[in-house]
Amino acid sequence: MEKYSLLQLAKHALSGHRHWPPAWRSPEPKQSYDVVIIGAGGHGLASAYYLAKKHGISNVAVLEKGWLGGGNTGRNTTVVRSNYFYPQSTHFFEHSLKLYESLSRELNYNVMLSQGGVLTLGHSRHDMEILERWSNSLQLQGVDAEMMTTEQIRRHTPLLDTSRAARYPIWGGFIQHRGGVARHDAVAWAYARGADDRGVDIIQNCQVTGIRTSAGRVQGVETGRGYIRADKVAIAVAGHSSTVAAMAGLKLPIVSQSLQAVVSEPVKPCLNGVVLSGLVHAYVSQSDRGEILIGGGTDRYPSYGQRGNLPLVEETLAATLNLFPRFSRLKLMRQWAGTVDISPDSSPIIGKTPVAGLYISGGWGTGGFKAIPAGGETLAHTIASDRPHPLIEAFGLQRFVDGALIDEGAAAGVAH
Amino acid sequence: MMQIECPWCGKRDEEEFTCAGQSHIQRPQNPRQNSDSEWASYLFERSNPKGVHLERWRHTFGCRQWFNLARHTVSHEILAVYPMGAAVPEHISTAGDGAVEEVVA
Amino acid sequence: MSEKVGSGPLQRLDTRHRVDTGKPIRFTFDGKTYTGCAGDTLASALLANGVKRLGRSFKLHRPRGLLGAGREEPNALVQLESGGFDEPNARATLVPLYEGLKARGQNAWPSVERDVLALLGVLQRLLPASFYYKSMMWPSWRFYEGAVRRLAGLGKVPQARDAQQYHKRNLHCEVLVVGGGAAGLAAALAAAGSGLRVVLMDDQEEFGGSLLGENRFIGGRPAAEWIAATLQRLSAMADVILLPRTSVVAYYEHNFLAAVERVSNHRGPGADLRRARERLWRVRAAQVVIATGAIERPLVFADNDRPGIMLASAVQTYLNRYGVAAGRQVVVLTNNDSAYRTALELHAAGVQVAAVVDSRGDVNGPYQQALQDRRIPLLAGRMVRRVKGRREVRAVTLAEHLGGGKLGGDKETLTCDLVAVSGGWTPTVHLYSQAGGRLDFDAGKACFVPAGCAQAVAVAGAAKGEFGLRGCLAEGYRLGAAAARAAGAAQIADITAESCDDWPQAPLQAYWFTRDAAAEKQWLDFQYDVRVSDIELAWRENFVSVEHVKRYTTAGMSVDQGKTSNINALAVMAELSGRPIADVGTTRFRPPYHPATIGTFAGREVGEGYAPRLLLPAHSWHLAHGAVMEDMGWQRPQCYLRAGEDFDAAVRREVLAVRRSAGMFDGSPLGKIEVKGPDAATFLNRLYVNNAITVKVNAGRYGLMCNENGVVIDDGVFVRLADDHFMVHTTSGGAVRIYQWMEEWLQCEWLDLQVIVNNVTSQWANVTVSGPHARKVLQQLDSDIDFDAAAFPHMQFRRGSICGVEARVLRASFTGEISYEISVPARYGLGLWEAVYELGQAFDITPYGVESLMVLRMEKGYLHVGADTDGTTNPLDLGWAAPIDRKKDDFIGRRSLSRVNDLRRDRLQFVGIEAVQAQAPLPVGGHMVSCANPVLPEQTQGYLTSACISPTLKKSIGLGLVAGGRARMGEAIHIYADGNSVAAKIVSPTHYDAEGVRLNG
Repeated sequence: MEKYSLLQLAKHALSGHRHWPPAWRSPEPKQSYDVVIIGAGGHGLASAYYLAKKHGISNVAVLEKGWLGGGNTGRNTTVVRSNYFYPQSTHFFEHSLKLYESLSRELNYNVMLSQGGVLTLGHSRHDMEILERWSNSLQLQGVDAEMMTTEQIRRHTPLLDTSRAARYPIWGGFIQHRGGVARHDAVAWAYARGADDRGVDIIQNCQVTGIRTSAGRVQGVETGRGYIRADKVAIAVAGHSSTVAAMAGLKLPIVSQSLQAVVSEPVKPCLNGVVLSGLVHAYVSQSDRGEILIGGGTDRYPSYGQRGNLPLVEETLAATLNLFPRFSRLKLMRQWAGTVDISPDSSPIIGKTPVAGLYISGGWGTGGFKAIPAGGETLAHTIASDRPHPLIEAFGLQRFVDGALIDEGAAAGVAH
Repeated sequence: MMQIECPWCGKRDEEEFTCAGQSHIQRPQNPRQNSDSEWASYLFERSNPKGVHLERWRHTFGCRQWFNLARHTVSHEILAVYPMGAAVPEHISTAGDGAVEEVVA
Repeated sequence: MSEKVGSGPLQRLDTRHRVDTGKPIRFTFDGKTYTGCAGDTLASALLANGVKRLGRSFKLHRPRGLLGAGREEPNALVQLESGGFDEPNARATLVPLYEGLKARGQNAWPSVERDVLALLGVLQRLLPASFYYKSMMWPSWRFYEGAVRRLAGLGKVPQARDAQQYHKRNLHCEVLVVGGGAAGLAAALAAAGSGLRVVLMDDQEEFGGSLLGENRFIGGRPAAEWIAATLQRLSAMADVILLPRTSVVAYYEHNFLAAVERVSNHRGPGADLRRARERLWRVRAAQVVIATGAIERPLVFADNDRPGIMLASAVQTYLNRYGVAAGRQVVVLTNNDSAYRTALELHAAGVQVAAVVDSRGDVNGPYQQALQDRRIPLLAGRMVRRVKGRREVRAVTLAEHLGGGKLGGDKETLTCDLVAVSGGWTPTVHLYSQAGGRLDFDAGKACFVPAGCAQAVAVAGAAKGEFGLRGCLAEGYRLGAAAARAAGAAQIADITAESCDDWPQAPLQAYWFTRDAAAEKQWLDFQYDVRVSDIELAWRENFVSVEHVKRYTTAGMSVDQGKTSNINALAVMAELSGRPIADVGTTRFRPPYHPATIGTFAGREVGEGYAPRLLLPAHSWHLAHGAVMEDMGWQRPQCYLRAGEDFDAAVRREVLAVRRSAGMFDGSPLGKIEVKGPDAATFLNRLYVNNAITVKVNAGRYGLMCNENGVVIDDGVFVRLADDHFMVHTTSGGAVRIYQWMEEWLQCEWLDLQVIVNNVTSQWANVTVSGPHARKVLQQLDSDIDFDAAAFPHMQFRRGSICGVEARVLRASFTGEISYEISVPARYGLGLWEAVYELGQAFDITPYGVESLMVLRMEKGYLHVGADTDGTTNPLDLGWAAPIDRKKDDFIGRRSLSRVNDLRRDRLQFVGIEAVQAQAPLPVGGHMVSCANPVLPEQTQGYLTSACISPTLKKSIGLGLVAGGRARMGEAIHIYADGNSVAAKIVSPTHYDAEGVRLNG
């Protein structure tokens, strides 16, 4: 693999950048692989990368119906953080954040991790009690979290309306300083390049149309480009988990919904990190290019539409202006939607399935991007050893039978 | 934004309605006789099709009445509106998901 | 070689144009004052004043002049006005000139004219597409990030709050025509007059579309006359709505569209601030006709981004509409016939046309003939090889074009100060694509055209690839009538298109880029500095899918969203990868078509308009008596401050008053749901964890409700008013939710139950009187209810009249003292409050707020669902195993309580907490740990959910959820919060009056 660096960039500049090698190959699918991963999004690609790197399994195909990184990986609002409430979640997401912190070097690809902090706002006495509960939970787990007064918030993010006259005044908040954003495309491309370099076949424009099983064991997958044999198959298609799992006869505790997001025209830097509010529901950040990136909620009905819709955007932008009145005259540049898997407890479903040799990573809700490195690493471990990685033991399908839900939203009272 | 025909009020914007997901999920007659996994299946498992979905909606900002909808989850085309408790209209098929998607993809 | 073309302000041409030279308008740009005239845009006025550089590119800070004259403009972005009128990234081409307009160049330092950052151009070799992914990893991205961020961005975020307001309107119509050019006007005319509601929206300052910038004839008369006549006919019709300055920006499913009307934008800070700046139209149309025209493409050759290289259509528009010659000596460079009109019109206006350079080798039609007739040189089979002039074009050197972008030997060098380019036309299919429409690539016209859509939409005119004027009219008339018929119009007459001055056109010959010129000098996306070399790099590195190309090179991601660059970029990729353009495909068109003000989408939902405040019936009284209000859904008094008192002191005083004498509380938000019908008891018995059947008439019972997952969702006292009639009290925050939940069960699951429910929360005002003297207070009231202890015991309910008003009284307590909850119709709420207050003076009655109530109920250990429970708490965690065992029947959530996890012994259970040091405050939100100085990470054992220093007990107490807590009474524990911990012990939740003596007194 050609090393990326400033020096290398300078060297290639001398030859007009005419000699850069492809970032990945476009191989024809083979007839059989040790492992087939369905979905070349962040999770699928990361899983393939770690299978090859940490488990020496490189006879792996990642099948993608469109173009790699084109699903939710390329449509999300790129927030990374580990400020979850329950220890199971925090351990997992903290591991992921740590992997993010070294990802650019690990993959020799600048994923532009920008740790400007994730600031969660409280708008009432009750909110503040919940935030206190939440940040103390993090502190106990050794994760950085700090309560902030309204005055500290005003200094940190002067554009926020911190006045008492606001319709929902800001009472305070808590910040995870290590949280922030990363460049979504770069994460997918970095893993793709790394996996490809280790021999993984990434096969784009190859839709899986069926999963063959026999006696409760997976045999391989039918695709638009022929049948591919594999002893182990992993589904990493969050947004479409139900439809792919149905190919193996599985019915999942998931509904798919459209998550709406918008981005403004670029402006000079004016906002550090990510600001989010549960009551005045929006989360806001600024990209390296200067665009203000705004997310809200999902359209509240099942949808695979991947289309922007108006009502939720009106709602989210109204919320945004109540937090940031000075954004009023900025212009909205693009609106889009991703199809997200919503699980009953808003926590992921990752691990083994009732079909032997079939694994799943889904149910990521609106938070799959931040989970990519840890999701990939733990899924790879689970595939390689046929046992759930300790970090994801709590996130298997069995929890719905036992009633052991990990309901982050319910515990925190704030959407995530 | 969808326009939904409330059986009582007529065509209204999506914003007036609330969707509660999949319809025709029968609550077990005697839950204590169900195994944990049967109960989990009732509680959590959903068909979530990429295609025609049978779901229940309430005209929240209107007559507050619930009704059923057969709707395509990609195109959002509404194929039928029918009362709670009624059977799925005959012309509705939830098989063969792909057709409408081709038109809008 | 070339001589320099003279510079200095250009004169307004003495031709027929649409600006009023008799009305001068003064404005400033980058601190200099200029004069334009009424009808100008900022762009046309600057052009008329000889200002050549209006912007700098995003990445390399290249000087940039105007490329276009309208919505497609990628370069001329300015920061408009300041203070509450500050707007970054305003397109100079879309800003109508008004008196006193102030604009500044942006993304440049110190100015657009002399931008120091242009030095970045020297480094451009180091900055190919996505260079940042390959570099700046050592020592870390953080090291570079600040500097990179500062270089990025365009304008600056507004300096102040928006001084203007925004409105919204909903609109339903049978036919919506988008675009008021030739095709759109024709479509509207054809659809109108049949009684249908027809709406025509156009995004320019006036109707006419591209005709405004052309010198065309319809029916033998100037097009302007046809436009005026058509508008006159339309505006005379009652059912037609004409909306100029209205951009349709989004086309959603079910024929729902969003449009932004610029109501008073065009007046700048002088606008009437009582009026909206912009208005969002939310349109539901039965039929839509899209007539959005087409956008001209630039040609791709070396240094094609120099100021002075402009779209031929823009040159034509500045000439015909604004009376401005964009140059003195013009070279027209084209691969199709449309730009010939620009040459002919410039010539007719007296502007010197140095030559028309045509990339096509063999062209000979009426346009070429017309050039010959006027002795305008035609250089066919040529392309520009070099552009002379860094800050503005001074000359171009031509080369022979061998076809396919390959150049032969050098040919002429032409001195010029303007190059008018045309690379063909791109139909504006954005809305059609947003609607779900498919696109086909028309190789002959070298553009994507509409090819079918499931929604009720038709496309007319240039948006469909019809580039002849008469064709546009004919299509407009035909599709307008067809839309009206489809929408149900019976009597629609067909209109025959007028004759037009169309000339037969020779076919366009696609020219995508120049093979024999440095790829890094050929610009595709002018704003984000995306060049042919970037597409080459993407291709080389296997970023070949159209979405990868876009994301890797950022082509089309800039503010103009690729209006002039998308097709060129994907054509370059197609050529490089040897695929047909149709196979490469386009990226998905996403709303909005054109950037739209964020404030417009928020409308009036800003500030106080964001959410209405729910006011209690006695709100005014509370305010007049020192209430500290907080928004808890309702505006609720937290406590009532007396002079010189702080919040804590007020709470302490109020709590003690309730314990010693009597207090009064505004409990109006308490959830009240009436449940009535023969099956009401059966229904409630299915909802409540405890038994609802055995409750007697006029008695109340405290109940818990779970969801089907076994989680506690609400609690409260329900009262049996009659055999078939209950009043269910919910938490204040839960009323709507529980009411809707009840209806869902009744309407969706238990259709056989005969029950109706009604949420009457806001119908009844509630005054709760609590304290040892509560009864005596009530006995002062004029009432037919017997409040005697024996006649009206705890958890009983009475109906009667109080002060002559129908009243419902429930004796139930959330304070631990004798309490009566008196409800009267909401309109008597203030009256009842005042009456109780007055009569209660004898007992020193004290109004108390929510915060005091919280202390009172905490002392008593009463659960507050939502604060003392979380989204996992089940009834067993609250100690409800026994009542559940006693109940035979099923209830919602019961089955879930027997799952493995619900039976765990180490679940978080509801307990009381007491601080070891009586005055050490306990931190709400603190976590239970086993030692005072935990070594992190430490396992949490639960958390404190409520706490106070009890005024009654004079000690620090709390409530919490603790792992296996009920079996740990008396155990020492530490509560950790923000680096400190407080020693405490686990106790019963009931800190006060465990025997309930006071309650039942």
